[in-house]
Formats: sequence, structure tokens, C-alpha cells
Amino acid sequence: MLSLVRSMWLIFLHMFHKRETFQYPEQKAPLPARWRGRIALTRDPDGGERCVGCYLCAAACPVDCISLQATEDDSGRRYPEFFRINFSRCIFCGFCEEACPTYAIQLLPDYEMAEYNRQNLVYEKKDLLIDSEGKYPGYNYYNIAGMAIRGKDKGDAHQEEPPVDVKSLIP
Amino acid sequence: MPIINIDNKTYEVKEGKNLLEACLSLGLNLPYFCWHPALGAVGACRQCAVKVFKDEDDKKGRIIMSCMEPVKDQQRVSIEDSDAKKFREQVIGWLMTNHPHDCAVCDEGGACHLQDMTVMTGHSYRDYHFTKRTYNNQYLGPFLNHEMNRCIQCYRCVRFYKDFAGGKDLDVFAAHNHVYFGRQQEGVLESEFSGNLAEVCPTGVFTDKTLKQHYTRKWDLTSAASVCQGCGLGCNIIAGERYGALRQITNRFNSAVNGYFLCDRGRYGYEFVNSPQRIKTPMVYHGPSELSNGIPVLQHIHRRMKPGKTIGIGSPRASLESNAVLKELVGEENFYLGVSAGDHDLVSLALKVLQQGPVRAASLQEAAAADVVLILGEDLTNTAPMLALSVRQAVRRIPVEEVINTVHVPAWQDAAIREAVQENKGPLYILNVQQTKLDELAKGAWHTAPDNIARIGFGVSHLLSDKMPEVTGMSEQGKAIAAEIAEALKHAKNPLIIAGYGSGSEAVIKSAANVAWALHDLGIDAMLAFTVPECNSMGLEMLGGHRLESAVDRALNNEADTVIILENDLYRRLNQHRAEHFFDKVQDVILLDHLYNPTAEKATIILPAGTFAESDGTLVNNEGRAQRFFQVFSSNTAVQESWRWLLQIAAANGHATLSSLKHLDEVVSHIAVTCPVFHGIDTLTPGAGFRIAGQKVPREPHRYSGRTAMQANIQVSEPKPPEDPDTALSFTMEGYRGEPPSSMIPFFWAPGWNSVQSVNKFQTETGGPLHDGDGGKRLIEPHPNGQTPFYTEVPEPYLPLTEHLLLVPLYHIYGSEELSVHTPGIAERIPAPYIMLHGEDAKRLQVANGHRLHFMDNGHHYTLPVIINNTLQQGAAGIPVGLPGVQIAEAPQLIKV
Repeated sequence: MLSLVRSMWLIFLHMFHKRETFQYPEQKAPLPARWRGRIALTRDPDGGERCVGCYLCAAACPVDCISLQATEDDSGRRYPEFFRINFSRCIFCGFCEEACPTYAIQLLPDYEMAEYNRQNLVYEKKDLLIDSEGKYPGYNYYNIAGMAIRGKDKGDAHQEEPPVDVKSLIP
Repeated sequence: MPIINIDNKTYEVKEGKNLLEACLSLGLNLPYFCWHPALGAVGACRQCAVKVFKDEDDKKGRIIMSCMEPVKDQQRVSIEDSDAKKFREQVIGWLMTNHPHDCAVCDEGGACHLQDMTVMTGHSYRDYHFTKRTYNNQYLGPFLNHEMNRCIQCYRCVRFYKDFAGGKDLDVFAAHNHVYFGRQQEGVLESEFSGNLAEVCPTGVFTDKTLKQHYTRKWDLTSAASVCQGCGLGCNIIAGERYGALRQITNRFNSAVNGYFLCDRGRYGYEFVNSPQRIKTPMVYHGPSELSNGIPVLQHIHRRMKPGKTIGIGSPRASLESNAVLKELVGEENFYLGVSAGDHDLVSLALKVLQQGPVRAASLQEAAAADVVLILGEDLTNTAPMLALSVRQAVRRIPVEEVINTVHVPAWQDAAIREAVQENKGPLYILNVQQTKLDELAKGAWHTAPDNIARIGFGVSHLLSDKMPEVTGMSEQGKAIAAEIAEALKHAKNPLIIAGYGSGSEAVIKSAANVAWALHDLGIDAMLAFTVPECNSMGLEMLGGHRLESAVDRALNNEADTVIILENDLYRRLNQHRAEHFFDKVQDVILLDHLYNPTAEKATIILPAGTFAESDGTLVNNEGRAQRFFQVFSSNTAVQESWRWLLQIAAANGHATLSSLKHLDEVVSHIAVTCPVFHGIDTLTPGAGFRIAGQKVPREPHRYSGRTAMQANIQVSEPKPPEDPDTALSFTMEGYRGEPPSSMIPFFWAPGWNSVQSVNKFQTETGGPLHDGDGGKRLIEPHPNGQTPFYTEVPEPYLPLTEHLLLVPLYHIYGSEELSVHTPGIAERIPAPYIMLHGEDAKRLQVANGHRLHFMDNGHHYTLPVIINNTLQQGAAGIPVGLPGVQIAEAPQLIKV
């Protein structure tokens, strides 16, 4: 009997608590920055595509919903010729983001992607690529990688010595 | 057999091996870099450290490099010892101090030995925080990409390129921690085996440049066991596909054939499969009044195949199945071999020698173990490149054996052996019409006309056996050469005689047979190797058919209305003018082929035939070894195997025996039953019903990616994957994950071993045969006690004629093969058409290098630029065979200048 009254009292008190329910869609929930929502391809600080087409995201994807083709432009930078995510298969596990060695693929706190037509959930590179560095501002993969591209020769990258002079005998 | 104790377990191992080989052969994981089963050990990388203990009481032990330590009985070894493990981790840590942060943009990634070994040692954290050394790269030609930053200084590349393959233009430069592996100057790598660097290099310094054009990771490739179509040797390859295009050819180990290596034509000549010139749909040419639109193409063919007036022309580059089905479809009396008269004479003679004589044909690996080699009229590097690589190994055999017996070092001690051998070479004799790349290794190399080569060959056989005809009127020099060669051959244990199609002369093949048979009579275990022009030349010749020339005659006599041409360009087989006559006479030309070619222009019906990548089939190589190749991918066009098209035609025509056949297994067993010479080809690979644990063998690795996105742009619902009714392989990643039968291994992979080095896990011992034997079956075995039908007709000596030149065929690894020239990389290396003259002849004809020479052949005029080469026989003129734009027959013939 006493426990019954106690329960009713507690529930009565809840009437004065802060509400946990959001009136979605009028009211949106505040999401943490690392929320695993929509997948985007980000850009370098200099505006170039971060994705180098290494295929690691595709390999990590447990539902195999990423496919791409790597290619190289005339400056020596690699980029995906096409990059496709089938969001009707995506489970938003974020493994692709973890696998990405260049911080290109990032999951954003945006989850409003519902469609009536399933075909519309197939996102190509033009749908995925955003004009932002996302969560890792300032990171530029080619400044760390050893490969030379136009504008960044051998020895110009982070912590690199100038190229070896093969003909030198100086120790 | 020594018994050794590894981590307190006893194992029986093979004597004469080193500890690393022993451990790997036992299936234990021990990291290594510089050791390679084909190259031996040098102890350069310090990666394969293990601990050895004096005896059971020794608890301290000492660290040694396992690749430098011979196996000893009762040896106590520890791989798992914590000191050894720490040592190995440290070594890889040091190797990584300068390794760039490149894996994402490195083509080796996912198939990288350095990645595998780093994970295996457990090195996972970089604690070196100083600067990295960098290098500038070099342009190395259309086949290889150079990225020197990734180098770990294991020296494998130069050991393969210089020491193993005899290349001159790749070396190691500079000193101490600045060593540089590359060329003295930027430029195209000259060796015909340069592509192997991509597999030999444990990291991404040398990578496949053609792969980079359409880059795909190893784990994303749909692969299948295949056989190279580049020449007649039948090297085993793995072909990989992605998004409907063939992406890469890698080596498929076969200890009897190609071992660990491939030539560049084989590795890079695959891109014709992706060519825009491909025939993708069936096409029927008909007049506007015929009202035949909308009728299935098979109906068209049925209408046009008139009984008794339909002939079939087979092809040496089509599978055995396709040729056999065509032969049965048109009837034996209407089946013609689609090879030129010259090729037919040479290959049928070679086949006769091997079938009827007592001497066996050498496989590539047997050739590499020969002690004396005699090459008659062949430029092996260009006609059968991998055989040239085998000859390079054979030349080392005698000096290496001497060193092993005198200096007492084991065979795998590569650096020590090379130091002791120095420039010593075993006996190799070459007789060819001009200089060859192998001449540098030869004890004797002479350049003369094919008839003179044959005469010297006959002379040698006469010196070996009195039963052979004597050569009359031989020059003093000829006699001296014959005597020198005969003397060397007499003391050999297993000499190898090489001849073939390169000389274009039957007499040369006959003389080679005579030499080998004479040696056999002396009780010497001689071997023969005949080169053949195309991947199934031998198989087609074994199948048998009429000469192509008689098909032309038949058409010219109005006795053939319809001709079915199987994967063949008759303009390459016939004189251009004769081919024109032929096509003018026949009413309907039904062509099954991959690429548009001059013959396709004449065809009234074209059927899209699958290349090796889209077909299952069998090829017979130059030693008579039948090998199966598997379909790599299923194209979503009308392309299908030629034999399947022909079976469908047979069904439409209501053919008595062929109508009931549908799948590969049925075709193969039908051939095995109806052609006794192909007995056993139905056992080459397990049939389509074969299952392991109830499952098929997958063509795709378990990490294959993008299944649900690859075609989502077309249709978001995934289509049903294609089924393979012909073989026990599946086109998906589902299936049995263990080791498949060796004849159908689609790719080499083992847990922890993603790179090609994983082949260790598939072998009975390192460098030894695959677990259940190497694929393929030899169909030709010699008659050990058969009558030796010696050849007695010695040709007349060659005498230069004024006014005339003797046209001799010259072959090129890049350019002489029909399909590989459609590959951009190969096309870049094709020489421009030329006519090669001796300096004296050039002087006589008043031409110099680059001048254009006009000449007449069979009443037709030709003009070609001149190249002067003084190693060429005087009075002869070399013509490159098969190059685009050169249309002159292959056999030696006289031309008027």
C-alpha cells in the first residue's frame, strides 16, 4: 500500500521536472560533434579533395556499401574518379571514418536523410563532397606523405630531409 | 633427414636447406625480406633472426640470422624466444624510420610484404621522431613505377634484375645510408623481365604502372587461375578483374613451368581485353532488301551454313575446346588450321619429333637444370622469353656445382656462390642468324643463315653418331664449330637442344632432333625444347586439320561458300593478296573474335568471342603440357566463349553429337573420348560439381568490397550474382575459404600473408611444388625404345646471291604477338618497321641507316627503312615479323631488290 502511494508521489513530482522529449521536427536534439550521422567527404585546407582513393573505407565497410575508383590527376594527386555510398545499406557504424588515413571521410551530426524512393539514397561524390575540413581543420595528408605532387616536391613534406644526392660520397 | 627442435617441438626437415627455408616449409611464420626462394639468401636485412641453443641445458642461446644458418641434426631453435622477437621488432622499427607515410597512395598496399612483416613482428608504434631521408624517383618506362622513398635496402631488385635475369641497366648506387636502386640515368628498363620487380620488391618501390592506370587493391580483384596467351610456353598467371575490366596479371607459381617469374609481354600484354576495339555484340551484315532484322543471329548462321560448302578455320590462339568443337561442327574434311604454311610445317615437324622420337621435351624448369645448352636458330629472348630466363639459370649450373664441391658452401648461399663463381659459365652454344641477348653468356655464338645452322647441326650429330649423315663440303670454320659443340655435348649429363619457329627453317628443327637423338643413342639423357609461335599452336597441331592454303584453293574453285573463322585474322596467316582473293570468293564469312581486325571487315556475321579472361578452356604448350585456364569474370554483354557459340550454332543446326553438349565438362570429356591424343584433359581440374565442404571456391577474397554499391547507380537493388555452370569456382566472395586444389587457385593469400609471398603457404616446401602437385598434364611422352627416324637430307650451304637477298624472320617480344600490341604499354615498346642488312650488303646496295629500301616479293612491292647490323649473315635481310604495318610471310625466302 505504502509503495503504491510512494510511486504515485514520485510520478506526480515528475510533472515539475525538465522535459526529455523533443518536439521533433519543430525542435531538434542537440547532438555531439562526434555523432555518427551522414557521411561526407571533406577537403584539405587548400581546398583540394582529401580523399586519395585508398579503398580502406570500402574494405572496412561491414555492409560493403562503399565503392570507388582511384585515379591520379596531372599534378600527381590521387583522387576518386567516382565515390559512391549506398545509404540504403549503410548502418552508420563509422568504421569508414576510423579507417580513413587522410581524415577525408567523416560522419556528421546530420541524420535527416529519409527518402521515399530507395534509389535516391545512392550518393555519388558530388553529393558527398563538402566545402569544409570537418572535424580536423588544418590537416593536409600530402604534407606528411612522402609522395611528391606538384607544388610539394621530395623533401618538402613534414620532417623530411632534402633528397639524397646519389653522387655524393660525403658521409 | 635431420631432426630439429623448434620451440620445444621436433620436426623432420630436409637436408641442405637453411633454417629460414626449413621454418617456412613447416608452415611457421618467420619474417624475412632479402631472402627469396629463387634468389637464395644473402643475410642483408637482418629480419629473420631466431635464437639457437647449444643443447638442452643452454638457456641463454644466441641470436642468428636463420637464412644464413644451415639446418643441422638435433639443432635447437626458438622463433618465439622473447629476445629474438624483440630483435625482429627492433629491426623493422629501424627499417621504418625512413619509410614514408605513403600506404594510402601506395599501389603495393594490401599486397605488401613490408606491411605483412610489420604486423607479424608486432612493431606498431613509431618512436623515432627525427627527419626522414628522401630520394628523387626515375622514369623507368611504361611498365614500372619508381618510388625510391619506400626502399628498405633489401637488395632483392638488383639481385633479381642483374644476377638472375642478366639485366644491365638497374643497379645500386651511392653509399652508406644513401644507397639508391635505379638506373644510371632515367630511361626505359631494358630487361624483358623487368615487370617481376613489382613482385620481387617487398615494398612499393617498383609497382605495376599499368595497374596504376586503373588502380585496384588486391582484395578487390575478382581473380582466377589462367594461362598466359603471349607465346607458346604456357606460363601460369593469375588474372584479376574489377568493374568489368581486366586490371592486373600476376604470376601463378608452377614449379614445372614458370616458377616465380613472368616476362613483360605476359605480364603487361593483357589490356587488349579492355580495348575499345572489342567486339561486344553479334552483328549481321545484310542488304536492306533482305528483311532479316529481328531474327536471332543463330538463325542467320543456320541459313547460311550450306552442307558440304561450309568450311571452318581454326586458330592457334583459341582454346582446344573451341577448335575441337569447330572441327566437329564443320566435319573433319572441312576443317583447316588457321596458321601460315610456314608455321604449320615447323610446328607439325616439332610435334612429330617429340611424338615419335625417344627424347623428351623439356619443361621450363627442366631446361633451367640442363648442363649444356645448344640453341639452333632461335633468338629466345624474343621468341620464348621465359625459356631464355631458364637458359640463364642453366648456364650457371656447372660452375655452381663446382663451387659447391670445392668451396663447400651450400647452394642457397647466394653471395658466397656468386663470389666464388665469378664470371664462370657453363657451356652454351648459340647459332643464330644475328646476335641475340644470350650471346654474352655463350661459350660460342655464331651468326649465319638458317641452312648453314642446320648444316652445323647435322655436322654435330654426325660427330656424335656414325648413323647420321655426313655433311659434305663444310667449311673449315663450320667443322671447327661442329667439333667444339660435339665435344661439349659428349661430356654432358642432361644437355638441352633448343630450336623452333624462330629460324623459320625445317632443316634446323631436323638437325636439332638429330643431335638430341644421337645423344640419346650414346646413353645421354638429352632434352629437346621447341618453341612454338602461339599459345595453342601445339594443341591445334595435335588436333589436326588441313592446311590453310588448301582452304584458299577450295574457295577459289568455288567449293566453299561459307567459312567460319575462329579467333583468327587471316591477313596475318596468308599473303595479303591471297587473303583478298579468298574473301572475294567466299559468300559468307562468319567470324568469332575479340577485336576488330582486317578479317572482321570482310565478315558478314561477327560473333563476340570471349578472351582468355571471359572464357574457360585448355591450352597445350610447347612441351605438350595441357593446362586449363578459367574465366575471370562474366561480362554483361553478349560475349561468350567461342566453343559455346559454336555449340549453340550446332544446336540450331541440329548437329548429331554436339547438340547434347552444353557445359565445359561435357565438352572436355567429349574431346577426351573422341580424340585419343587428348586423353586425360578431362582430369586437368576438378569438374563443375566439385565442392569442398559443400561449397564452391570463391574468385573473390573475403575482404572484397563494394558489393552493395558497385551497381547501385544503375539499380539500387543488387542483382543476382552471375553463376558459373562450367567450373567449381564462384563469381562471388562466398565459398570455401581454405586451400583449393592447386590447378584452380584463384589468388594466393594466407592469414597474415597478403602479398605474393603467401605462395610459401601453398607449397610442399619453399620453391617446391604446390601441395597437390602442379597443374597441367603432359600429353606427349617420348618413345624410349622407339625407332629413331633420323633425318638424312642435309640442306645445301647458303650462298649469297647478287641481286637477291634472303629474307629471314626476326621476332620481337613487343610487337610480334597479335593481341598484346593492343596494349598501350607494349605498343610504346614496338620497334618501327625496318629491314635489317649487313654493312657489306648495304654498301653494295648503296643504302645507309634510315634509307628506304625498295624490294619485290612474289611480284609485290615493299619499301622499308634500313637498319644495318653487322652480326647478320651477309646476303640475308632481316624482317620483323607480325609488327603492325609489316605484311610479309615468316619463312626464309629470296627477294629481289
